[in-house]
Amino acid sequence: MSGALEGEIRRRLAARRAAGRVPALLMSHLVMGYPSLEENARVIDAMAAAGVELMELQIPFSEPSADGPVIARANQQALDGGFKVDQGMAFAAEMIRRHPGVKFLLMTYYNIVFARGEERFLRQTAALGAAGVIVPDLPLQYAAPALDLCRELGLSWVQLMTPTSRDERLAEVGRAADGLVYCVARRGVTGQQSRFGEELREFIGRCRQATDQPLAVGFGVKRREDVAILAELAEIAVVGTAAIEVHLKEGAAGVERFFRGLREDG
Amino acid sequence: MNSGFFGPFGGAYIPEILHETVRQLTLAYEAARADPAFWEEYVRLMENYSGRPTPLTFAANLSAEFGRKVYIKREDLNQTGAHKANNVLGQGLLVKRMGKRRVIAETGAGQHGLATATMAARLGLECTIYMGAKDVERQRPNVFWMERLGAEVVPVVAGSQTLKDAINEAMRDWVGSMDHTHYVLGTACGPHPFPEMVSWFQSIIGREARGQILQLEGRLPSHVYACVGGGSNAMGIFSGFFDDPEVALIGVEAGGRGLAGNDHAARLASKKGRLGVAHGYKTYFLQDDDGQMQETHSVAAGLDYVGVSPILAHLADAGRVRFEAATDDEVVAALQRLMKREGIIPALESSHALAGAFRELPGLPEGAVVIVNLSGRGDKDIFTIADALDDPAWRRFIREKAACYARREEGA
Repeated sequence: MSGALEGEIRRRLAARRAAGRVPALLMSHLVMGYPSLEENARVIDAMAAAGVELMELQIPFSEPSADGPVIARANQQALDGGFKVDQGMAFAAEMIRRHPGVKFLLMTYYNIVFARGEERFLRQTAALGAAGVIVPDLPLQYAAPALDLCRELGLSWVQLMTPTSRDERLAEVGRAADGLVYCVARRGVTGQQSRFGEELREFIGRCRQATDQPLAVGFGVKRREDVAILAELAEIAVVGTAAIEVHLKEGAAGVERFFRGLREDG
Repeated sequence: MNSGFFGPFGGAYIPEILHETVRQLTLAYEAARADPAFWEEYVRLMENYSGRPTPLTFAANLSAEFGRKVYIKREDLNQTGAHKANNVLGQGLLVKRMGKRRVIAETGAGQHGLATATMAARLGLECTIYMGAKDVERQRPNVFWMERLGAEVVPVVAGSQTLKDAINEAMRDWVGSMDHTHYVLGTACGPHPFPEMVSWFQSIIGREARGQILQLEGRLPSHVYACVGGGSNAMGIFSGFFDDPEVALIGVEAGGRGLAGNDHAARLASKKGRLGVAHGYKTYFLQDDDGQMQETHSVAAGLDYVGVSPILAHLADAGRVRFEAATDDEVVAALQRLMKREGIIPALESSHALAGAFRELPGLPEGAVVIVNLSGRGDKDIFTIADALDDPAWRRFIREKAACYARREEGA
């Protein structure tokens, strides 16, 4: 049985709360190989220095259908640069060793998993020391074997909840959740304009009803105020596209400033 | 709910955010399919708007030449000049039934986008077409018509700026607009229920062809040929003969510059396609060892696709449909032969089916009766075909036309 990731998330939150800090963890995202693995390493060091607790490392895919234009382009550029999955796995292993305080999740599309063989992919991911995997295009109804193996390996298989899903579906997903649940806070794909308001509160409320696992709320977090609002509702704020944009303009040092700024206190 | 698998192929590998939309679409499709009045309405619309039934033309000169009977199923005579009309008008009626007011579609060469734009105009729907920025550059005539028909054409600059990126972009739109928008997928691919639904609308081809050949010949054909990109025209004509094991069904893929390298789109005939998951479904894809999709090539933009209908992949594995490939050169030769011998101008896509048939006809038994599905006409693709034929007079004409525009702009 796993449950390790959930325990770690709750411990870190309790510590922040006890210290009077904003009670939300940060989860960042980057596309491996974009712009290069060397630059990825600098960004990961910067994010770790800024206190980011969870990091999603995306293995690029040629058909990133659940990603918005910014991340889709990053996928393509990583592949144009010659990215190979084996390289990505080795890189992830190195980062996991270098940053023992960070929980790493591997994110990719199902074909990358399937091409390698589901079992081989998951065993390899567990051996790297990753905390979990996110595969947005393998719906729950096809994921039973992967879920079983993840439990055995102590990996968290991250489920997604979306505002378009009816309560029955959220409950189904929630029952299978393990470690954390990724809540897509807006309709649409990553990185487009978000609207934090009543709708968000209502949606997160529905997610909370559907699962007892920690909630990571993503897709559109850009500012300190966003994190402050999310801290009232959820355990983890997910930051994706915004960090890529900061990195483009201000480099790795800018990324560190950006993440520190999201919670005032770092 | 139907699982949407055909053997190991198919399914609905979609992000969670599309779950509810696809569920609702599946319910609407199943209800329409169970309602005989819906199919009747569809057939009436196709008769009145698209000239159906399309003829099964006896190719007298080619038949004399080969010593075997050759029939051509004339999908080229549809509204907008291709079988695409069957699918878009069917989905259009479903959109009306679902009460949605907007349609979106992906398009590669522009033919599916054009067909969708005419349907939207006819049925009073808003219409947005996603097209790779490179395709927008290459296919100006189709973009011109789509815009004139009132559609918004959005050039997609992500990824390789071609068909697959247009599919991804259309999916992104759909995720944010599903309340009032339907995604008109152009072929028998994608997540369930699309492969099955598109094949159902296209089955009008096979139903007609079966009745027509029985009437004309008093027997079933021995061989049926169709080109296969995504696979919708092939599914359409083949489905009329699935229950007749004596009818050989042959799908012809894009052989491009030959199957030795990667400059083709022969997922099945090359045996190089590997089982994988992309664009919402599982099938044989041309991909590398990591699972990244490869670039493909064909002289016919409509066949230049990495995946293939999951239903056809299943029929190939089951041995019911045989797959062959025709090279660009064979295709251009077949196109010219049909024009000169029968006075019919085929699309480059459809010319693959002709090339496959022409290659095999001399070796078929003497009593063979062959049907070739002519999925589209070629005259609307004059720019592409003139390029494929490398016509010097056409090049001169374009240069002069360009010079004339340049002079006019200088004068203005």
